[in-house]
Amino acid sequence: MVEVHLWSGLRSLTGGQQVVEVEAKTTGELLRALVRAHPQLQAPIDAGVSIAIDGRVIASGLTEPIPEGSEIYLMQRLRGG
Amino acid sequence: MALDDRKTQFTFVGTRPDRPDGLDKVTGRAKFGADISAPGMLHGAILRSPHAHARIVKIDTSKAEAHKDVKAVVTRADFAELPFQPGLEGEFWNVLENVMAGEKALYDGHAVAAVAATSALAARDALKLIEVEYEVLPHVTDVDKAMAPDAPVIREGAADYSVPEGMHPNIVRYHESGHGDVEAGFAEADLVIEDSFVTEATHQGYIEPHACLGMLGNDGKGELWCTTQGHWIAQKTCAALLGIETSQLRVTASEIGGGFGGKTTVFIEPVALALSRKANRPVKIVMTRSEVFRATGPTSSASMDIKIGMKKDGTISAAQGVFRLQGGAFPGAPGDMTAMCAFAPYNLTNVSQIGYDVMANRPKQAAYRAPGAPMGAFAVESVIDELCKKLGLDPVDVRLKNAAHEGTKASYGPTYERIGLVETLEAAKAHPHYSAPLKPGQGRGISCGFWFNHGGETSVSLALSEDGSAQLMVGTPDIGGSRASMALMAAEVLGIPYENIRVTIADTATLGYNDVSHGSRVTYASGLATIKAAKHAVEKLCERAAASWGIPADAVKWENGCAIPSGPNAGDFDPRPLADITAHMGQTGGPISGHFEATPEGAGVSFGTHIVDAEVDPETGKTAITRYTVIQDAGKAIHPTYVEGQYQGGAAQGIGWALNEEYVYGDDGRLQNSIFLDYRIPVASDLPMIDTVIVEVPNPGHPFGVRGVGETGIVPPLAAIANAVSHAAGVRMKQLPMSPPRILAALKDNG
Repeated sequence: MVEVHLWSGLRSLTGGQQVVEVEAKTTGELLRALVRAHPQLQAPIDAGVSIAIDGRVIASGLTEPIPEGSEIYLMQRLRGG
Repeated sequence: MALDDRKTQFTFVGTRPDRPDGLDKVTGRAKFGADISAPGMLHGAILRSPHAHARIVKIDTSKAEAHKDVKAVVTRADFAELPFQPGLEGEFWNVLENVMAGEKALYDGHAVAAVAATSALAARDALKLIEVEYEVLPHVTDVDKAMAPDAPVIREGAADYSVPEGMHPNIVRYHESGHGDVEAGFAEADLVIEDSFVTEATHQGYIEPHACLGMLGNDGKGELWCTTQGHWIAQKTCAALLGIETSQLRVTASEIGGGFGGKTTVFIEPVALALSRKANRPVKIVMTRSEVFRATGPTSSASMDIKIGMKKDGTISAAQGVFRLQGGAFPGAPGDMTAMCAFAPYNLTNVSQIGYDVMANRPKQAAYRAPGAPMGAFAVESVIDELCKKLGLDPVDVRLKNAAHEGTKASYGPTYERIGLVETLEAAKAHPHYSAPLKPGQGRGISCGFWFNHGGETSVSLALSEDGSAQLMVGTPDIGGSRASMALMAAEVLGIPYENIRVTIADTATLGYNDVSHGSRVTYASGLATIKAAKHAVEKLCERAAASWGIPADAVKWENGCAIPSGPNAGDFDPRPLADITAHMGQTGGPISGHFEATPEGAGVSFGTHIVDAEVDPETGKTAITRYTVIQDAGKAIHPTYVEGQYQGGAAQGIGWALNEEYVYGDDGRLQNSIFLDYRIPVASDLPMIDTVIVEVPNPGHPFGVRGVGETGIVPPLAAIANAVSHAAGVRMKQLPMSPPRILAALKDNG
């Protein structure tokens, strides 16, 4: 199991939870597992999210491995100029 | 992307060779957006709304169509309508609505119709023959007024999932993040300062206006030449807006005369293609400067509330920010980015940040270097400066005391990997600028700044020639010298001279997809792709050498541009230089090339610290920047001169944003200053020599350690200059720009 930290604005979609535990070995599995656990998270995921694994921001890749015990943060997809 | 082959010793990387596009640019040979024509070409012109908000009751184009020189007229009806194909929703729909108004004109300058005629003059004249009946609606251009309960609604239903119920429909996205308990933190503080700050919209101010040449036949096949930061996104968007297949539209990026985030979308390109499809002739459109100001992306304007608590020893005990960003008549203002970046330089136990994306009757905002970050830094770093002043603390020492470092929990959530903020602050403290005496009437300001940086989808192809030279095809338009840095990185891997590598920005028909040149991603992502493509070619070179020696490929290694036998049983053979292998490649298996197609994931975040001296004339309110030093972490500077140029460019643009540049709207909602005479960007005589210090704390996510450098440099200037001006004037400046009238008013209010 990995703990996924959400940004606090998402608590309204997860019944108040800011940390969600899911079973996932890759970034793609993690996003699917989040939606299974909390279907309302589909909207922010569709709007664009990145996943920080131990501080390294994975902008969009769905195949990045998630090591056991790693720190996982869901972030809004970054934009730039 | 795991990197197990990090390189720290370099031959070519870190040198400063001549730029490959230099001769073309100084001799006028380089082709920019407007430097193209085609046989039978028509000239397009766009009719724009004079109203900030108006329902379009009727458009009568018959008189224009009857004009002898006019070959086509288009309105919204000539573009693909929903739902014509999957995908034209969300941002595509917003772009279509911005490119050509639908039911309503949403801002002064919004396109409502366009013509193509046999000359540019005839096209402009024909616009006067188009009759538009408007029903003028109430408008709002100010961010705080746009959020007020009585504000006119720009578009119902534009808000996404994130906006809590009960908010005004003009609030279209909401972001909230942070950690700890800010109230408990404020209770621990010896001093708490709470204040509000405002910044106006500014334009990226690129010297080259938008320009394009579009050709689209009724068979759905087209060609587009345009000045852009990303021709694949232009291809994808134009195809969607015109209802044609993406692959049937070939887009070529011209040389680009500046972009800074403003050329990351399309404006005139789909219009030129729609006119061309109707006229069956090529159509060229070149924006006037006034059109650039009125209808292309300025930054967001911002209104912000900051509260920070500090202990007597300088420790920040809690920080809280509310950031309201106005992004024009469409969703997209980066309130979330402002919120996430604002406190990112600091190691905070208690932090809370809220960002709003607010619509108003202004042009659709576009990125301007690090979108959203400079405004937040202005507000936060001003309050930190005021706390330092009131507590009698050194502003660099306080920032060092609170600085984020490897292992710090970032204000936006994750734990930082190796970062270089502390190194930039230590360099600032040691720099002679920081200890130089100030003259009477001068003030010194410092500020830190943060930006995420980005990777993005990237394709690169490298082909070796028989004579041992190499051609490298990249897909990210060269907005900051990337052809030089790509050639240096390829040279480093191949072991051949920089001059033997020609880098071309490939068109959309000759390379796989590439994201826009944005997010400071090019040297990082196209650079990583170039390194991987070159290594791919080196593998093949080693295979050819191995075959010629009759030994296994894994018994050959590549060193200093040569294949050499390696390992105990490899045998004893003379090294084979690259050109020796390529000379025979036709007879030994065919062409040797290398490729990379993926999304590099590992763009390291970046920090900078700026030191500014300013002098304020109390009689006129005019500010002179007398000294400026930029210190920023580049990870590894591939071509240091270009890195320094990025640093200086960020500072120069920041000086304009801080002191003079602003969108001025009249009560009628019309932009009052849409030419450079009235919108004052800095000129050379406004700027001091901008000193630079390149800090290099390698990014663990890049083979050579590169961090993007293009955007972070715009983050600290607003705050650093505001702090310097506030000290010089003896009054805290809370509104940008700090133009002479505002400074005089502040001096007067201060007695």
